[in-house]
Amino acid sequence: METIAVPENFVREIRAHGAETYPHECCGAILGTDAENSREVRALHKLVNRRDDSPRNRFSVTSDDVRDADRAARKSGLEVIGWYHSHPDHPALPSEFDREHAWPWYSYIIVSVMNGTAGTMLSWRLTDDRLRFEPEKISPEPIAEPESQTDSSNLNTTSSGGSK
Amino acid sequence: MPVNVMIPTPLRPFVGKKSVIELKAASVGEALRALTTEFADLRKHLYTDDGKIRSFVNVYVNDEDIRYLEKENTPLKDGDTVSIVPSIAGGR
Repeated sequence: METIAVPENFVREIRAHGAETYPHECCGAILGTDAENSREVRALHKLVNRRDDSPRNRFSVTSDDVRDADRAARKSGLEVIGWYHSHPDHPALPSEFDREHAWPWYSYIIVSVMNGTAGTMLSWRLTDDRLRFEPEKISPEPIAEPESQTDSSNLNTTSSGGSK
Repeated sequence: MPVNVMIPTPLRPFVGKKSVIELKAASVGEALRALTTEFADLRKHLYTDDGKIRSFVNVYVNDEDIRYLEKENTPLKDGDTVSIVPSIAGGR
């Protein structure tokens, strides 16, 4: 299993972003470094969810946003290594919609936000054949918040499903 | 005519880890076809099963989005830069 190092301050920042935009989905770019068997988050680049029509269950980042995130990363000597978003009132499992729109190589961090409180956070990578997501270990493992324990009991970390 | 195609990071593993591929093409469509002919594993990431460019794949010629030019028929000239830029989407 691949591993992504996510320092605790970034875990808190992603959870806070998810709680802030609840009941809408939040999204952002993950900036960091990637080397053989070593990927580390070094900064986050918050983005505006462009899906005005259904922001409660969809997020969208335009190509201009992607280019902005790339520029921000390069300015700091980093690269965009992935994307995060929230699943309001839903587990942190990638949906079929996530899979259809995903790119390989990137880390996709999903945080579950239940009743406005962010909890379980999981990371995923699309397989090269585009058929499924594989779980990616977050290191150190994010400390579960009390509200997250109820939804984490239902998680199947090997699933590629999760769409409603 | 030689043009440079800029490859985004997530697709570099499918083109020998290169960030730029130089190839000859007279239009954007030709360039992408040449690219996916040379690097067949790239095809499923750029095109749907019925041969259309995926909705979250954006293509720029120099700094212009081809949606505002002539889309895949956008002509290319010597030295043009074709950039493949992802857009990102998802949701529960």
